[in-house]
Amino acid sequence: MLIFEISAKGRKNHLQAPRLAPEAKDIPAHLLRRTPPIFPEVSELQVVRHYTQLSRKNFSIDTQFYPLGSCTMKYNPRGVHQLASLEGFLQHHPLTPISHSQGYLQSAYELQEILSHITGLSAVSLTPMAGAQGEFAGVAMIRAYHLSRGDTARTEFLVPDAAHGTNPATAVMCGFRIKEIPTDKHGDVDLNALRAAVGPHTAGIMLTNPSTLGVFERHISEIAKTIHDVGGLLYYDGANLNAILGKCRPGDMGFDVMHINLHKTFATPHGGGGPGSGPVAANERLKPFLPIPTVGYDGDHYYWLTEKDCPQSIGRLSAFMGNAGIILRANIYARLLGHEGLCRVSEYATLNANYLMARLQQAGFTLAFADRRASHEFIITFKKEAKTMGISAKDIAKRLLDYGVHAPTTYFPLLVPECFLIEPTETESKEELDNFINILMTILKEAKESPELVKQAPHTLPVRRLDDLKAARELDLTWHKSKKPEEA
Amino acid sequence: MTLPQELRYTTTHEWVRVENDTATIGISEHAQSLLGDLVFVDLPALEKTLAVGDDAAVVESVKAAADVYSPVDGVVIEVNSALADKPELINQDPYSTGWLFKVKLVGELPLSLLSAAEYQAMLNEEE
Repeated sequence: MLIFEISAKGRKNHLQAPRLAPEAKDIPAHLLRRTPPIFPEVSELQVVRHYTQLSRKNFSIDTQFYPLGSCTMKYNPRGVHQLASLEGFLQHHPLTPISHSQGYLQSAYELQEILSHITGLSAVSLTPMAGAQGEFAGVAMIRAYHLSRGDTARTEFLVPDAAHGTNPATAVMCGFRIKEIPTDKHGDVDLNALRAAVGPHTAGIMLTNPSTLGVFERHISEIAKTIHDVGGLLYYDGANLNAILGKCRPGDMGFDVMHINLHKTFATPHGGGGPGSGPVAANERLKPFLPIPTVGYDGDHYYWLTEKDCPQSIGRLSAFMGNAGIILRANIYARLLGHEGLCRVSEYATLNANYLMARLQQAGFTLAFADRRASHEFIITFKKEAKTMGISAKDIAKRLLDYGVHAPTTYFPLLVPECFLIEPTETESKEELDNFINILMTILKEAKESPELVKQAPHTLPVRRLDDLKAARELDLTWHKSKKPEEA
Repeated sequence: MTLPQELRYTTTHEWVRVENDTATIGISEHAQSLLGDLVFVDLPALEKTLAVGDDAAVVESVKAAADVYSPVDGVVIEVNSALADKPELINQDPYSTGWLFKVKLVGELPLSLLSAAEYQAMLNEEE
């Protein structure tokens, strides 16, 4: 229900706090609106109830299991939030002189150092505001590197067909043509196709390792050599960093630049709650091109590094330096865990995924890559169920909601038909995982015995099965006053 | 599922109907069934020159967006404008009213095009 639907003409709620903002008097007359805006007319209690009830309909990591593949939906520790909410951080204005900003700058500098250590790359910029902007920064840096050498022939970027959709989009945004590289049947990049695709036009390749297929790319050294031999560079998509934290480093694999999703791997809030944060890390070769500002340290004081210090930088990506509160939380999270704790993150994340994978296989589910060990996520396919029972991955995903579990990622990666990409993360207990297995087995049984129950799910949520086809074909995001709720 | 015998096919699930020097191009029944209900189609510009394997069109469903590659060398002479309002024509009848675009052929047909029997064999293997 929309708040407009409980609106009643003339109902008022009197202002209880003084208005602090001065009235704007300098807006040109022709820009002023002529009709008053439409606001809901509700009482304070109605507002409170409306939004509290909406918030109780939230599906979130704080209330339910959320095994969303390729997105690392893990718990955000409250202790981290508490420390980041210290008065000195909360009230700190970004324009405060650096002499009065040493605490925050120190925290940001420490995070740069930690990320540099974890990734095996020599320098880090915390500026990008989200993963996609981090990707953009990384590929823009590769472009700037080639151009700085007068190498204008490199117009192509290679992207495996298992990549996140943002990868080709990013390379196109940076002005490159995409060459898609196929995947072999074991889930590795097809090396022959890669060798055939590289050449003097190759600017670089974008890779996720472990890939979105949930397996570690076994030929990464050969891939790195193939690309570097023709003068191209390697971009690492950090979406799956959770799987290898403390175990192996993209810098050691041969990558030149990467982004890190703090809102995934470093347990800061995301998933509708955000904000994101996508720091970019680079090796010596690409370090001069990092976006600014970054934080420097002379052994005594912390200070901003800007255009003057980094003339080859690709420039600024945000008004100040990224999402300050998220940068703070990521540093606290990393320091609370320490090196050993971060290693345990990837160990438990991988153990949980492999446990789920093995148990689901025993229970009769079909794995997409049954001969491979899972990383922190894995794929099951309902191709067989779709054919024999007419039950799709979407039906099973919707039925999961009835049992209080958020559906895993569905229909991605595109290479596997009718699939679930499942990532339990390290923060789930064995009991929670066993519960998920039991629910999936129950749904499979329902699909055999009473398929309509599954095909028409969900049954227990505020809304039933939505018509996503109509929503896509006749997209309408505007609230129309004239429409009655049942027609909307 | 029977395949129209007179058409030629590609490993990436496009079909081609050749009449004199004109080729009509669409996506196969198998491709539309994998994609599911289509919601948007992006067709090539008229007079665009396409080489074999070029990105020619994009078909988007609620599940995924897929590139359609040109199966032949040629110049675009007509696009199926009915698809703008009714992308579902591709789901309903991929081999006739659901066609995507027509090209005037340039040069020979590529040897890589599959016969209906060869395409069927490929689909059987994928199963």
